[in-house]
Amino acid sequence: MTKANPLLKPKKLDRATLISIVIICLVYVLAFVLEQVMPASSMLFTVLKKGATYALVAVSMNLLNGFTGLFSLGQAGFMLIGAYTYAIFTIPVASRLSVYQYYNGGLIQFSLPVVIAIVLAGVFAAFFAFLIGLPVLRLKSDYLAIATLGFAEIIRAIFQWDKIGFLTNGSNLLRLFPTFNDFNIRNANGDVVLYLSTLVPFVITGVCVAFVMLLINSSFGRAFKAIRDDETAAEAMGINLARHKMLAFCTSSFFAGVGGAMLAMYANSVQAKSFTTAMTYEVLLMVVIGGIGSVTGSVLSSFVFVACSEWWLRFLDQEQVINGWKVPLLRNGFRLVVFSLIIMAVVLFFRQGIMGSKELPDLFRKRHKLAGKGGAKS
Amino acid sequence: MSGNVLHLDNVTMQFGGVVAVNNVSLDVNEGEIVALIGPNGAGKTTVFNVITGVYAPTNGRVTLRGKVIAEDHPRGKMRKLYVGGHVYEYIHTVNNTPDKITKMGMARTFQNIRLFKSMSVFDNVIVAKHMNLKANYLSTALHLNGREEKQMREETLDLLRIVGLEDVKDEIATSLPYGKQRRLEIARALSTNPSMLLLDEPAAGMNPQETENLSAFIREIKDRFNLTVLLIEHDMNLVMDISDRIYVLNFGALIAEGTPEAIQSNPDVITAYLGVAEE
Repeated sequence: MTKANPLLKPKKLDRATLISIVIICLVYVLAFVLEQVMPASSMLFTVLKKGATYALVAVSMNLLNGFTGLFSLGQAGFMLIGAYTYAIFTIPVASRLSVYQYYNGGLIQFSLPVVIAIVLAGVFAAFFAFLIGLPVLRLKSDYLAIATLGFAEIIRAIFQWDKIGFLTNGSNLLRLFPTFNDFNIRNANGDVVLYLSTLVPFVITGVCVAFVMLLINSSFGRAFKAIRDDETAAEAMGINLARHKMLAFCTSSFFAGVGGAMLAMYANSVQAKSFTTAMTYEVLLMVVIGGIGSVTGSVLSSFVFVACSEWWLRFLDQEQVINGWKVPLLRNGFRLVVFSLIIMAVVLFFRQGIMGSKELPDLFRKRHKLAGKGGAKS
Repeated sequence: MSGNVLHLDNVTMQFGGVVAVNNVSLDVNEGEIVALIGPNGAGKTTVFNVITGVYAPTNGRVTLRGKVIAEDHPRGKMRKLYVGGHVYEYIHTVNNTPDKITKMGMARTFQNIRLFKSMSVFDNVIVAKHMNLKANYLSTALHLNGREEKQMREETLDLLRIVGLEDVKDEIATSLPYGKQRRLEIARALSTNPSMLLLDEPAAGMNPQETENLSAFIREIKDRFNLTVLLIEHDMNLVMDISDRIYVLNFGALIAEGTPEAIQSNPDVITAYLGVAEE
């Protein structure tokens, strides 16, 4: 966005885009400032970190399901690969013996810088996507969904296999790798002088989502949309289906892998059995609620989704007594009932999701009645 | 007006027990407008699908400007390959996917309009330029190929101007009136820079006035882009008006070939279309 060469600009930035960029920058500044002034234990930061993580995964899923029309349910599998790749390569050498206590410290006896490990997480996920894409991408719609779902389950089982425990630590936790909190800058006494643990996931997600936005608006993005709208016609217009589906699949998996690495950093530990199918469905819900075919919709709905499930609806799980009157229905698990109802309402009344196929700048064009949405990135 | 562009050599297309196209041979020469007609279910669209690589023929060969683009033999018909004194036998097949055939310069439209529904008119047309993209995936995604993108946009705008869709370029494709959707489909096909254009029932659902405009339009683009045209059509006014030659297909087999005048008076064709009078 900062490149000045006019030749590189096929389209000029219009007012609506500028407003959106300003809003996004404000969100970043706000996140940074809030982190400095509010207590680090606030629920807000949990939501923001997890929201940023899921936003990236949701966008990666939207790239595939919403923009290329490939209905894939393998996201949890690729996140798992990303999370493990990140964890395996970043556990400090000194901690390896205690982490891999049943495997004599494991096979790998070095650790890589965080940034390289994050990129590697994406690369490994994309590589696995390439391998399974070769047979699987020939399938259509439901069959593709079933095949990718199966892949995710198989990956989950394989990573818990104790024969490769020297690499994956079997079914035990991987831990002690750098997490979001390690990005906070501390002084000699160990007190935090600058909080960056929320800004860092925001930046990672921001960079990745910006890439996806650019991709979608490039010639390849148009080809992806053409495949989604009509495969036969796209092929007749000279678009190589196999190649483009593979590109979309690998790109999506790359970002799912990066998202997996972020999830590892958020959760402080990694265990294969937590990457369940339910995780994929959660991401799918975020995509559907945000609007299939809207990147900003996915980002927005991820934050709202995480906030609802982690924070705003928590009170429903606790019994409450007001002036001696016990509020009925409130008990452990009631949150999920309400949450499901909200989701059903959204799906019933907003068929297109919150954003439909619109993006943030579209909200500032033509009709102004929808203006005033914040909190979305890119 | 010479030089063979498209040649079908004994093409058969079989789906299980159904022979949709039976031993069809036809030629289209440089600069011609050739029509392929026949009653419903005669196999016209199947011929198109074989030519454009959607189906691999059960038997026969399709050549575009002397280059084989599709070829197959039923089991048993082998070719011999001589390598260092050894003789190998193999079943020879050539089977190009539609995108490769489009890159060789053959573009088509579809019987029931197949536009990219959610995309704008402009995007529908520019998407067909994607196959000639030189920049790689990453630099395209990062918009580092600005010069190329700019050229693609200019070419697309020029094309839209020529076909008269410039004023609706930002509309969603499916919001256009029917006639313009047909026109857009032709524009999209032209955007691939074809030397040969296949039109599958371009006048379907049009009123006489629109059909008249269409026939002028087809002539105009044919001259402007030096095209060779093969079209399927049921509207006999259009067919007789613009075709240089006509092939008639019935139950998968060719029953007649000739100039519009000859076809109009051909008894076999009249029988195929109107049936035989009971005596």
